[in-house]
Amino acid sequence: MSKAQFVYVTYVAATPERVFAALTDAEFTRQYWEAENVSDWNVGSAWEHRRTDASRTVAMVGKVLENAPPRRLVLTWAAPADAANPAKHSRVTFELEPVADMVRLTVTHAELEPDSEMLRGISHGWPRVLSSLKTLLETGRPLPTWAGR
Amino acid sequence: MRHIDKVFKALADPSRRQLLDRLHAHSGLSLTELCAHLRMTRQAVAQHLGVLESANLVTTVWRGREKLHYLNPVPVHEIYERWIRKYERPRLEALRDLKRRVEGEDDE
Repeated sequence: MSKAQFVYVTYVAATPERVFAALTDAEFTRQYWEAENVSDWNVGSAWEHRRTDASRTVAMVGKVLENAPPRRLVLTWAAPADAANPAKHSRVTFELEPVADMVRLTVTHAELEPDSEMLRGISHGWPRVLSSLKTLLETGRPLPTWAGR
Repeated sequence: MRHIDKVFKALADPSRRQLLDRLHAHSGLSLTELCAHLRMTRQAVAQHLGVLESANLVTTVWRGREKLHYLNPVPVHEIYERWIRKYERPRLEALRDLKRRVEGEDDE
């Protein structure tokens, strides 16, 4: 069975620079994602997705494959337990494209193992994350899904 | 037309909902693959996909000369946040209060 791929698209009324910062700035991501995306974002560097609750768990790890602000960011994406096993790394591509006064943000999550925990997790995860990002950038407040818990 | 109106209009058609279900079961299908198990003409499927795409419920990726279709659940999630969560919360709180009263006051 071939590896699965998902594509998510949202339109955000903000500049590409703001949307790009919303993906790569830890202070920004914690506001709508309940996690910090931490890296120096140089190609080849590691990055971490660190929960902001008391546990401070590292939930995802990976490497930066491409970084072309404010248009394109490509990361490998894996559970910390699979960090040493490249066969289990999936790939996430963020593409930002200005459309009128908005940004079309496309998130492609590829190289997903069929029937994996990751595959089940993301089909719930991304729509929520993207709605929350959009709401934060457009209204200054994240979705209550994240803020209220 | 506002985006949310396009989403509701796109969802208000059983054939289009069927296409979304099919893309939920198998993501990344070509037009030919989508037509395979449906009782719709290729032209009708293409038209429905156009409506879904303009509502951002379907997104497409070119692979060589093939256009692959993916379900984009983000607008559906926005409907959930805007039209469902908001209304279910007071009801859930009312249920919780009822449960507390019936089971007796305790601080949990």
